[in-house]
Amino acid sequence: MSERISRADVVHVARLARLRLDDDEIDLFTGQLGDILAHAADIEALDVGDIPPTSHPLPLVNVMRADVVTPSVDRDEVLAQAPAPEDGRFRVPPVLGEEP
Amino acid sequence: MTARDIAAAVRSGDRSAVAVLEEHLDRIAARDEELHAFNLVTADAARAEAEAVDAAVAAGADPGPLAGVPIALKDNMCTRGIPTTCSSKILEGWCPPYDATVVRRLRAAGAIAVGKTNLDEFAMGSSTENSANGPTRNPHDTSRVPGGSSGGTAASVAAGFTPLGIGSDTGGSIRQPAAFCGVVGMKPTYGAVSRYGLIAFASSLDQIGPFAQDVADAAALFDVIAGHDPLDSTSIVDFEPVASDALGRGVDGLRIGVVRELSGGEGTVEGLSPDVLARTQEAVVALEAAGATIEDISVPSATLGLSAYYLVAPAEASSNLARYDGVRYGLRVDAPTTGEMNTASRTAGFGPEVKRRIMLGTYALSAGYYDAFYGKALKVRTMMLRDFAAAYEKVDVLITPTAPTTAFPLGERTADPMTMYVNDVCTIPSNLTGHPGISVPFGVGDDGLPVGVQVLAPALDDVLTFQVAAVLEAAGGPR
Repeated sequence: MSERISRADVVHVARLARLRLDDDEIDLFTGQLGDILAHAADIEALDVGDIPPTSHPLPLVNVMRADVVTPSVDRDEVLAQAPAPEDGRFRVPPVLGEEP
Repeated sequence: MTARDIAAAVRSGDRSAVAVLEEHLDRIAARDEELHAFNLVTADAARAEAEAVDAAVAAGADPGPLAGVPIALKDNMCTRGIPTTCSSKILEGWCPPYDATVVRRLRAAGAIAVGKTNLDEFAMGSSTENSANGPTRNPHDTSRVPGGSSGGTAASVAAGFTPLGIGSDTGGSIRQPAAFCGVVGMKPTYGAVSRYGLIAFASSLDQIGPFAQDVADAAALFDVIAGHDPLDSTSIVDFEPVASDALGRGVDGLRIGVVRELSGGEGTVEGLSPDVLARTQEAVVALEAAGATIEDISVPSATLGLSAYYLVAPAEASSNLARYDGVRYGLRVDAPTTGEMNTASRTAGFGPEVKRRIMLGTYALSAGYYDAFYGKALKVRTMMLRDFAAAYEKVDVLITPTAPTTAFPLGERTADPMTMYVNDVCTIPSNLTGHPGISVPFGVGDDGLPVGVQVLAPALDDVLTFQVAAVLEAAGGPR
């Protein structure tokens, strides 16, 4: 087990990410993610003081366009690529009654 | 024959686009079983496009600056009605309902798309081994990787399957495979080329760019794909660079910095191979001989790029790849409830490297770790922007090796992700800063395989990278 990330952390993160791992994969990822996070110790240890974060390389502004109708992607063409289209919609299994 | 020569011959009516295409399809048929550059060759669609180009020429119209030039598209560019898989089982058989803006621009310029090239699944990797379709091989030595993640496009251009290719670069995925395969590859300034229709990996880092066999062809392709697109809200407004005009300007009087930390100087990152460093030094000497002033430059935070990148990119990926849930497109594995269906579909559809990065990103963003990892990485990004800005006060462009080594053997680094990730140490900084960078072949390593030298420039100075690369190409001699 790595000191950086525990087996329980890996199981928890996999659940958050909607991935199912078998026992061998949990062991493998625990070691590998631990190695990667160990490399990141150089920035974890860094004193970054009051440096502001940069989430994006260029200054971004809201982009607006004129409120006019333009052609859209064709609905039938989109639905044709869905795993289970029905009556112009995406069909899914039951949602209610699931575990959170 | 260069892309420029092909386009000139097709535009003048000296050669037919169909004949050019068939010649290239023959090359693909002869050798792609061995190399596996392509996930899919769209021969019939390409023939129809080539016939349309020839018809336009016959009718006295100009099909455009890339008339009849065959081009390879990385399989993460949306092509309407043509399978686009990202080399992932989760998108197997999916046909996008629209074309990426680059695809539309290429068609409008007369280029002929011949197929979709292999990549590391969702562009996550540096060797094209993380593909659900199996690896691509390096045309110079088929026991070696072509680099990645745009390894299929790099191999296609290096093998002469297509004179041009399109890739995407999130941490070096154009420049590193270009170096490994001995071709030119360029990552534009973030926002210079529209990302509309590029399937997202890490949206603040992803950028589409050109591959070519020489600098002038890469510039011609860049000129076609660069420019504002209202369909991409991060596309730069009023930026219409023209690189083709700058190629003869030389480097006389230009100030060129060698990044100490990425080129074997004081405080350098580890793992840079002596032969690669020797070629980089020879490139610097060649630039000095051509009239440039050379300076040793320190960019202290450049060494932190690798750690920052492998937190930022997975964090963004974990969010972007949440959309593959088995509902709207791609693979669905049936299960009694939607939640179980989501999990079953994602578990079956994603390969190990994609799962690893989704998990890493989910962890870095999760409560209790956000400040220590993701938040810190964003601050390092600011440090890097400041350090590079300071460097560009002193010099016009920067030089580094493109990759630490030449192409490595298939299978050598798949077991240990960190040994794979260090491949990107020299290319990552320009993704975090959004700056442009180009890799140009410069001689070979001790193993006889190509070495790439990287030219970096400030944001919006894309044209300058081509200008310097043209001088290196002329000095680098035959390869």
